[in-house]
Amino acid sequence: MSCALLLLLMSWALAMRTGAAVEIQRPRGVPLSSEQFYEENKPFTCLDGFSTISFDRVNDDYCDCRDGSDEPGTAACPNGSFHCTNAGFRPAFIPSSRINDGICDCCDTTDEYNSGATCQNTCREMGRKERESLQIMAEITKEGFMLKQQLIHEAKRGQEDKQGKLTELQGSKKDLEEKVEALRTVKETAEDPEKEAKERHLKAWGEQKELIRMEKDKTRMAEAFLELDDDADGYVSVAELQSHLELDPDSDGSLTETETQVRCLPSQENNFYHTSKLQGCSPFGEIRRFESKIGDLHDSCRSNEKVWAGGLWMTTGCMNLEKEIGFDFGPSAEFAYLYSQCYELSTSEYIYRLCPFNRVSQKPKFGGSETNLGLWGQWAGPEDSLYSVMKYDHGQGCWQGPNRSTTVKLTCGKETVVTSTSEPSRCEYLMEFTTPAVCQEPASLDEVLQGHTEL
Amino acid sequence: MVLARMGPLLVLWLAVFLSGTWAVDRGNFKTCDQCAFCKRQRALKPGQSLYRALLETLELTNTKLTLQLINDNNKVRLLLELYRLQGNMTRVKINELKPLKPRFEVPDVLINDPPTEPLSLLSQDENGVVLSLGADSQRLIVSAKPFRLDIMEGREVLLSLNSRGLLAFEHLRIRKDTQVDPEGAEKKEETDAANEPAEGETAKEDGMWEETFKSHTDNKPNGPSSISLDFSLPGVEHVYGIPEHADSLKLKTTDGGDPYRLFNLDVFQYELFNPMALYGAIPVMLSHSAQRTMGIFWLNAAETWVDISSNTAGKTVLGQMLDYVQGSSETPQTDVRWISESGIIDVFIMLGPTPTDVFSQYASLTGTQAFPPLSALAYHQCRWNYNDQEDVAAVDQGFDEHDIPYDFIWLDIEHTDGKRYFTWDPHKFPQPKDMLQGLIDKRRKMVAIVDPHIKVDSSYKIHNEIRSKGFYVKNKDGGDYEGWCWPGNSGYPDFTNPEMRAWWASMFAYDQYEGSMENMYTWNDMNEPSVFNGPEVTMHKDALHGTWENRDLHNLYGLYVQMATAEGLIERSGGVERPFVLTRAFFAGSQRYGAVWTGDNTADWDHLKISIPMCLSLGLVGVSFCGADVGGFFKSPSTELLVRWYQTGAYQPFFRAHAHLDTPRREPWLFGPENTALIREAVRQRYALLPYWYQLFYHAHHSGQPVMRPLWVEYTQDTATFSVDDQFLLGRDLLVHPVTEEGAKGVTAYLPGKGEVWFDVHTFQKHNGAQNLYIPVTISSIPVFQRGGSIIPRKARVRRSSSCMEHDPYTLFVALSPKRFAQGELYIDDGHTFNFDKQKQFIHRRLSFANNALSSRNLAPGSQFITPSWIEKIVILGASKPSKATLKTPDGKESLLEFEFDASMSVLTLRKPGVNAGVDWTVVLQ
Repeated sequence: MSCALLLLLMSWALAMRTGAAVEIQRPRGVPLSSEQFYEENKPFTCLDGFSTISFDRVNDDYCDCRDGSDEPGTAACPNGSFHCTNAGFRPAFIPSSRINDGICDCCDTTDEYNSGATCQNTCREMGRKERESLQIMAEITKEGFMLKQQLIHEAKRGQEDKQGKLTELQGSKKDLEEKVEALRTVKETAEDPEKEAKERHLKAWGEQKELIRMEKDKTRMAEAFLELDDDADGYVSVAELQSHLELDPDSDGSLTETETQVRCLPSQENNFYHTSKLQGCSPFGEIRRFESKIGDLHDSCRSNEKVWAGGLWMTTGCMNLEKEIGFDFGPSAEFAYLYSQCYELSTSEYIYRLCPFNRVSQKPKFGGSETNLGLWGQWAGPEDSLYSVMKYDHGQGCWQGPNRSTTVKLTCGKETVVTSTSEPSRCEYLMEFTTPAVCQEPASLDEVLQGHTEL
Repeated sequence: MVLARMGPLLVLWLAVFLSGTWAVDRGNFKTCDQCAFCKRQRALKPGQSLYRALLETLELTNTKLTLQLINDNNKVRLLLELYRLQGNMTRVKINELKPLKPRFEVPDVLINDPPTEPLSLLSQDENGVVLSLGADSQRLIVSAKPFRLDIMEGREVLLSLNSRGLLAFEHLRIRKDTQVDPEGAEKKEETDAANEPAEGETAKEDGMWEETFKSHTDNKPNGPSSISLDFSLPGVEHVYGIPEHADSLKLKTTDGGDPYRLFNLDVFQYELFNPMALYGAIPVMLSHSAQRTMGIFWLNAAETWVDISSNTAGKTVLGQMLDYVQGSSETPQTDVRWISESGIIDVFIMLGPTPTDVFSQYASLTGTQAFPPLSALAYHQCRWNYNDQEDVAAVDQGFDEHDIPYDFIWLDIEHTDGKRYFTWDPHKFPQPKDMLQGLIDKRRKMVAIVDPHIKVDSSYKIHNEIRSKGFYVKNKDGGDYEGWCWPGNSGYPDFTNPEMRAWWASMFAYDQYEGSMENMYTWNDMNEPSVFNGPEVTMHKDALHGTWENRDLHNLYGLYVQMATAEGLIERSGGVERPFVLTRAFFAGSQRYGAVWTGDNTADWDHLKISIPMCLSLGLVGVSFCGADVGGFFKSPSTELLVRWYQTGAYQPFFRAHAHLDTPRREPWLFGPENTALIREAVRQRYALLPYWYQLFYHAHHSGQPVMRPLWVEYTQDTATFSVDDQFLLGRDLLVHPVTEEGAKGVTAYLPGKGEVWFDVHTFQKHNGAQNLYIPVTISSIPVFQRGGSIIPRKARVRRSSSCMEHDPYTLFVALSPKRFAQGELYIDDGHTFNFDKQKQFIHRRLSFANNALSSRNLAPGSQFITPSWIEKIVILGASKPSKATLKTPDGKESLLEFEFDASMSVLTLRKPGVNAGVDWTVVLQ
C-alpha cells in the first residue's frame, strides 16, 4: 500500500522567460517556494526544525513531523497541506485530508492520484472563466470608480457653491435687513383681518376660523417663500437657502447642502425647504423678526398635517431633521446621493424596499401589510472597509424572537440596485446592494491577472 | 419542533394556550388525578387482594400453565397464563376469562412468539402450587388465597406479583345508566350484583363512560377497562428505565406525587426532573442490586402510569445505619405498580441475573438496535430550516472552508410545498436532485422530514390516495379523523394497518418520491401523533384504527410510522441498503427501525446535563441510537454552552445539531475562530473514533448490548456507581465525563474498578480505578478515559465526511491493564448495505495483547471481506521500553518495526506496521 507512494516525485516543465525548459523535481505536494527544503537523498529536517528524518520518509504515508511537513503529498498528517500548481489557473493549498478522498479539489487533478476518482483537468477552463469575470469586474470597477468620482465631485461642487454664495451674502447683509422689515409689514397686515374675524365670529365660526388660519398660514408661507426665492423663479433652490445664512443651524457661517435638506418635503410644485434648526440659530440680531416668522411657520408645520394642497407633510418629517444632520455619507460624501432614495427588489413572495439611511421593509406581493425590517443603524463593515456594510435594526419584533434587522452588503456596480435578499436566520435579513460609491480605484487589468496565475 | 412551528392560522390559538412563556404549560397535560382510570386505580390501596386462584382450574401443558382467578366481590373470572421462556424469563398473562369483546393484545412488538420451555410441577396443595423454572433452583410459587406469585431462587424471593394486592382488572361491561338499550335490562341486574363497591358512584363522577379534560370530551363506548398489577422487589433499591422522561437515571419514588407517565405526547418546552410523559414510551423497567439485575417488560400500548415506592427511600443514611446496628433493619425493597387504561396484563419478567443477560433477554423479545449506516454515526447538521438550495450549498461550503467534517445536512418542514410531505417547495428547492448530487459529489448525505400528518387537500396526491384507499384513522363516528398540525387541517394515516404501511413504504420509491435520491434519508417527527387541537395535543382516544380505539394502542403509533418509513427506504434500494430513519415517538421495539432523539429540548445547561440520563435510560431498554439536539432546540445557547454541547454530543450516539426557526444561526463557524476551532476539535474526535462507534453498534445490533452505558452495567458490585448519571461508558472501554457546568474549572469523575487503571485519552496519563478523580478543565477539555485492558481502533486521518475515510488506515490504542494485558476488536464492512448480514461480508477480528505480544485473530471464520485499510500505527499505553519490536505476518515474514518510547508517560508508539487490517498478524515486543 504505502510502497506505491514512496518517493513520488513530480516533474515539472517550467517555461522561463528565456524560453528554455527547465526540469524541476520536487516531492508531491510541495510548492516551488519550498522546494529547496526537500533535497533528495539528504536527511529532511521538518520545517519546524523539531526533528530530522531520512529522506525516504518524506511522503511515505506516515506522519513523522509534528508540523506535518514530511507528508506534503499524502493524507498522513492531520495538520498537513498539499500544494496544487493548477497550471492555467490559480495555485492553491488544500488540507492534506483532501488528498485521495475521492473528491476532486485541485483543478489540475493532482490531489486525486490514488483514489480511483476520475477528475478532469479544468484549470484552463477555470482560468479562462476567471479571467473573463475578472475582466468584467475590472470594467465594472473602472466605470463604477468613474461614476464615484462624479458623485464625489458633485458633493464637492455643492460645497464650493456654498462658499461663493457665502461671500456674496455677507456683502448684501443690509439688503436682507430691509427685506425683513418689509416682511414684517406684510405680516402685520395679514394678521389684522384675522384678529377681527376672530373677535366677530369667535363662537359661531369655529370651523371657518380653522380655514382662515390655514389661509393665513398659506399667506405666511408664501411670504417666506417669496423672501427666500431669490431669483423669483417660483422655486427655492438649495443654493437660495444657502444664501440665507440666518438659516445656518450650526452657526458655522456656512450652510451645507445637508443642512438645507428638509424633511418637510416639498411637493413638486412647491420646492420649499424648511429646517427645524431655524429657530435660535441666526447670527444676526436684527433678523429675530424674520426668525420668529419662520418660527411661526414651523409651528404651523406642526399643527397642520397638510398645509398646502400640494402636500406639505410636516409632523413626522420635522422631527427627523436633527437626526439627518448627523449622517455619515462616507469619507467623500459619495453616499449622499442615496439619501431620500428607495430601491426595490421583487421576489416570488415579497417586495423588498431599501431606503438608504432610513429603513428597510418587506411587503407581501399579494396583499398584506408592510413589515419594517429595520431602521438605519450604522455603517458596519470590518475595520478596513467600514463603508461596505450597512446595518438596519430595531425593526418589527418577531414572535418569541428578536426585532427584525437587516444587513446590507454593498458591492461595486455601475448601477445602484438591490440584487438579492435573504433571511439567513429568523428575522435577520441580508440584502445585497450594488452602487458605484463603493468602487475602489481599479488596478490595471494586467496586474489583476498577474496576481492570479503563477506562470 | 413542536407548536411554535404553527402557521399564522394558529397564532391566536398559540397566544391563548402558550401565553408566550418559556416553560411547559402543565395545565395542558393530565395529572393522575385528572385521568379517570389512574385516579380510580390509585384509590385502591395496598392490602389483601380481591383475587383468589381457583386451583381446580389449573391446567399444565408443555408450554404453559393456565389457571382461573376470581374476584370475590364481583365474581368476574380472569384467566392467568404462565410461561417459562427460553433464556431465563417468565411471562405472565392475565385477561378476562370471558370478556364481552376481545381486549387489545399488542401486535408487532415481539419479534416472534417467544419460545417456551416446559414448566414442571414441584408440589401442589390447597394453598397453591410450586413450579420449577429449571436451573438455579428457581421456583415459581402460585399462592391461591389471596392470589400472588413469587419467583424464588433458593430461599430468596427475587420478585413477587400482587403481593400488595393491587391486581385490579376492570372487566368490560354493559352500560347500566339510561343509555343502555332495554334489552340489556335483564343483564343489568346481573352486572349490578357483580359490581365492585366502588362502582356505586355515578358513571360521570368516576369517568368510566365519559371523561372531559379541558374542552375535550372522551366518549368511552367500551366503558372502564383499566388494569393494574404490583411487583415487589426485595433487596432492590435502584430501578431504571421506563423512558421517556426528563429525569435522573435512577428512578425516583412517586409517593406523594404523580406516577411516571407513559403516553406519547408532544410536550411544548418540556420541564426537567419530573415524571410527565414525553414523546415516547418504553414500558420496561430494570432493577439492580449488587446481587442481581432483572427486568420487567409490561407489554401494553395504552396510556400507562408507573408508581414506585421504596421502604428505604425516606430514610437517611444515618437512619439506615441505626437500623443495621440495632438489627431492626428490614430488607430494602422497591415496590412498583403498573396501571394501564386498557388491554391485558402481559408481563415479561427477565431474571438476569447480570445486566448483559437482561439486555439479551429483552433483545430476544423485541429485537436489537438497527445497524445504522456508518455515516449516520458521524456528525449531522440540522436546523429548522435551511432555507433553500443556495443555503444548503453555502452551509456545505462553510464546513469545507472551516475544515469541519460532517456527513448529513437536514431539511425540516419548510422544504416542502406547503407542508405536503414528499414534495418540495418549488421556489426554494426547485432542483432537489441537483442539490443532492452536489452532496454526493462531496460524499455527503441529506435527511428530509416526512411527518405522518397529511394535509387535507384534494389537489395533493398523497392525501387523495390515502383517502380513496380508506387508510386514514377514523373518528368515533366513522368519518376520517381530522386534526390540526403544520399544514393546517390534516388527516392521520392508520399506520397500524399493514396495508397502509406497505403503501406508505412504496411512496419512498425513487419514482414515487420526486426529487429523492439514494443519499437522501428520512426523519419522522410529530408521530406521537401531534394534533395541535387534540386533547393533550394528541389524538382523541376514541379515534378508531380499524376496530381498535386509539386508547388501546396510542403508544404504538409512532413505532409503526418509523417501521413503515424504514421499510420504504429498504425497498427503494431493492433490499440492499440499510435505512436511516430518525423518530421522535417510540415504543418497545422501535430500536429495530433507527434512531431516536430527545425531542424539543432547550438551550440551557440543565438540558445539556439531562441528555445523559435520558439517553442512558433509552439504552438500557434497547434504544442505543439516541441523541439530544446539540445546542438545544429552543432559545439560543451561549457560546460556552454550544461548545460544551458539541463536546458532549461528540460522545453520544446520535450526534446532531439542531435549532428552532426563531433562533439566530449557529453554524459552528459563527462564534469566532477560537470557538470554531473548539467545535472542529470535538467533531474531529468523533470522526477519529468512528471505528469504535461502528463496532459498538455492531454489537448492539448483534446482541442487544447498549452502546452508551451507565457505569453500574459494567461495575455491578460497586454501589458507588448505581446512581451516577453525569458520566457514562461507551461500550466497556471508554469512560466519558463531559463538562456540563457553566464556567467549570474542573470536574470530578468517578473512575470505577478496584485494581484497574484508566488512561486519559488525550494526555495518556494513567489513573487508578475506584477513585473520585478531580480533573482541572479548560474550555477545550473533554474528559475521556480508556480502560486499562482494552484496545480501541481509531482512524487518525479525519476527512470531510466519513465516506471519505472509508479506506483509511487504522491506529490501534492499546491500554494495558496492570497485568499487562489488553483486548479489543476490529469490525469492518462496507458501511452501508445488508451484505454484512446476508452474505457475511465483514471482517471481525479479535485484538489481544498478552505476554508482550499483540495479535489480530479472526473472530468470524465464516465471513469474508476485503479492505484496503491497513494498520498505520500502534500506540501502547502503560508500556515499558522494548529492545525490539517484530511484526509477523501470515506469510511467515518477519520485519522489525521502528518505535518511539515516551518514558514520562510510558507510551510506546510502533511505527507503520503497514499490515492489512483484515489479516492475521502478531507484533512481538522483546
